[in-house]
Amino acid sequence: MSPTAARHGATENSAVKDQRIKVRKTYKLYIGGTFPRSESGRTYEISDSRGTFLANAAMGSRKDARDAVVAARGAFEKWSATTAYNRGQVLYRVAELMEGRRAQFATEVVAAEGLTPARADNVVSQAIDRWVWYAGWSDKIAQVLGGVNPVAGPYFNISVPEPTGVVAVLAPQRSSLLGLVSVLAPIVVSGNTAVALTSEQRPLPAVTLSEVLANSDVPAGVINVITGRTAEVAPWLAAHQDVNAIDLAGAAGADDLVWAELERASAENLKRVLRPDVDGADAVEPDWSRTPDLTRIKAYLETKTVWHPKSR
Amino acid sequence: MAKFEYAPAPESRAVVTIRPSYGLFIGGEFVESVDGSMFKTISPSSEEVLAEVTEAGEADVEAAVRAARTAFDGSWGRLPGAERGKYLFRIARILQERAREFAVLESLDNGKPIRESRDVDIPLAAAHFFYHAGWADKLEHAGLSGGSGRPPKPLGVVGQVIPWNFPLLMLSWKIAPALAAGNTVVLKPAETTPLTALLFAEVCQQADLPGGVVNILTGAGQTGRHLVEHPGVDKIAFTGSTLVGKAIAGSIAGTRKRATLELGGKAANIVFDDAAIDEAVEGIVNGIFFNQGHVCCAGSRLLVQENVADDVIMRLKRRLQTLRVGDPLDKNTDVGAINSAAQLARIRDLAQIGEAEGATRWSAPCVLPERGFWFAPTVFTDVSQSHRIAQDEIFGPVLSVLTFRTPQEAVAKANNTPYGLSAGIWTEKGSRILWMADQLRAGVVWANTFNRFDPTSPFGGYKESGYGREGGRHGLEAYVTTEATR
Repeated sequence: MSPTAARHGATENSAVKDQRIKVRKTYKLYIGGTFPRSESGRTYEISDSRGTFLANAAMGSRKDARDAVVAARGAFEKWSATTAYNRGQVLYRVAELMEGRRAQFATEVVAAEGLTPARADNVVSQAIDRWVWYAGWSDKIAQVLGGVNPVAGPYFNISVPEPTGVVAVLAPQRSSLLGLVSVLAPIVVSGNTAVALTSEQRPLPAVTLSEVLANSDVPAGVINVITGRTAEVAPWLAAHQDVNAIDLAGAAGADDLVWAELERASAENLKRVLRPDVDGADAVEPDWSRTPDLTRIKAYLETKTVWHPKSR
Repeated sequence: MAKFEYAPAPESRAVVTIRPSYGLFIGGEFVESVDGSMFKTISPSSEEVLAEVTEAGEADVEAAVRAARTAFDGSWGRLPGAERGKYLFRIARILQERAREFAVLESLDNGKPIRESRDVDIPLAAAHFFYHAGWADKLEHAGLSGGSGRPPKPLGVVGQVIPWNFPLLMLSWKIAPALAAGNTVVLKPAETTPLTALLFAEVCQQADLPGGVVNILTGAGQTGRHLVEHPGVDKIAFTGSTLVGKAIAGSIAGTRKRATLELGGKAANIVFDDAAIDEAVEGIVNGIFFNQGHVCCAGSRLLVQENVADDVIMRLKRRLQTLRVGDPLDKNTDVGAINSAAQLARIRDLAQIGEAEGATRWSAPCVLPERGFWFAPTVFTDVSQSHRIAQDEIFGPVLSVLTFRTPQEAVAKANNTPYGLSAGIWTEKGSRILWMADQLRAGVVWANTFNRFDPTSPFGGYKESGYGREGGRHGLEAYVTTEATR
């Protein structure tokens, strides 16, 4: 019996016994702390790895992406000014809440990625642990990446890392949960806000994550989640003049999408671009199970250097 | 107001020998161009032709990149860091030894006062080589691996394109970290200021730097484009306009080339009512009239608190009347020549637009030389945020004055620009400095000072002022990789 069948089977058996029909979930967008349908009114069919219908996901549009950027910009000032200690706790709280929903996430990862229940369970563990890993970085980034500079003169001179602003991210296409957490956490840990475009074919774990975020301490607008066609929505994010940086991880395996064109559009306002890993010219999805390094955190940081004279 | 009369105190030109014409510096030798042409470089203070230099063509770029690649794959790439560092120390020392020669040549070719080339540009250029020399054998201690455990490795061949405002200093900002990290370089100086880069080629020869490690290609925009787009270049480092920076970012899209871009700015210099006003006035002058305002991080917008605005502006105008504008080689000169006819035209255009849009123009009364390119230090008051002179980078000795009432208003106005390179704060209140420094979206914040630079101090912008940093540990990062596969 397939994992999906096992899940549905159990539900349906009990439904027969209780004469009860399961209440299905409506999968919606997550923008500014609310769960709207796409303003376009469109949805698209999501199937599991075997082609069985799972749900109709919202098919996000250009307008949804713009609304999400507005929400992210609105949340930036307060989130970036939140103390590092506080931000760390907020990220840790996401891990706490995910732990309580392990079964739901595992079931959705099984359905989305076709993993065995045991492997899906392991993926959920890694996704939770990834929040914990990044949570611990919040109050260390400035110490590790900043510093005092010994200038040749009577000046106090200090360099500190600061968040760059609103970051758009094309979430990985294959790794629907671990990959998503691996790209989101390094954006928000330093005080950036995020607009995530989920895996096109496997968006449901991301929607469930957004439900966790809504119940967590992550302020509204700090993370926004758009489901839909990557090749349709990504160009609007790449060209958006109020987005400061873009992560093109999800270009790997996205249909009808040339990541070079997104990078070219990003040049118009000099977005910081985190290119996808490549094999030759083709974008490839990295192995998200590896422990991260600082690459993704650094990609969305600016260095600010402050000078002040020393005198009596 | 009575002024002291100054007798001319010219620095001697005899210390410099300018050749009538220059080839390209490729593979450690000056060579004739394959497919380029010749153009003249003039002194902007006299319009005198200083020399003929080569506009490198595509085949020249090819030859230079090949020479750089050969050096990278060969002797330079195999040289231990400690030995590499010694070459940089040598270069630093030779720059110090020949400092006066460089200073005079820089003032001749660029038009900047000898006081600045002698006391700022050249000493800082030497300092950059000295600082980075020490990094060459300590890269694994620079904290750049980010937990990957992989030691930093050079990127390969670096293409560098630099502007005309600080010719030798920008060369040193580019070449010193690139070489310290083990890369090889093809550098294009600006077309109006090629001479100190060509003299630097002689320094490389004196230092016995292996051929091909540093290649100097003179030329204009087309030469730069060939260099940026050459497939054999692994990294681009550019300082210049935001417009060109965007074009470069677009042109390398989809490649594995990296880029650091140090672009334009429209910095706010913010003066609070509790500032030491006379010191602030000196800071305002230094902020916008240093180097004729040809400074990407210039404090071109003065934001002054409303209740002291009249006093600050009165004292500023009084101070500007004492500035001496004229011969760059005169040691008493404060403000030199505008670098080129084209730049002078742009400054005049924007100043005229400022008047047309309703701002009030005041220029320091001074007698400008008849030949050469000159623009009197100018202050615009009654400026609103929507005025072009409050938004566009003028890159000249023109200050736009705006006012504010509260710190929040100062922050909002300061950040109301697509740029984010630098900012200044003048107040005696320490807690306000720290709060303001947090709020300003700019890469360099000067508090109670302005336009200070140091090789240990990272420099670079937020937003459309570019990305990447130059100087310090952070600047080094732009010239190494810790990626697994390379």
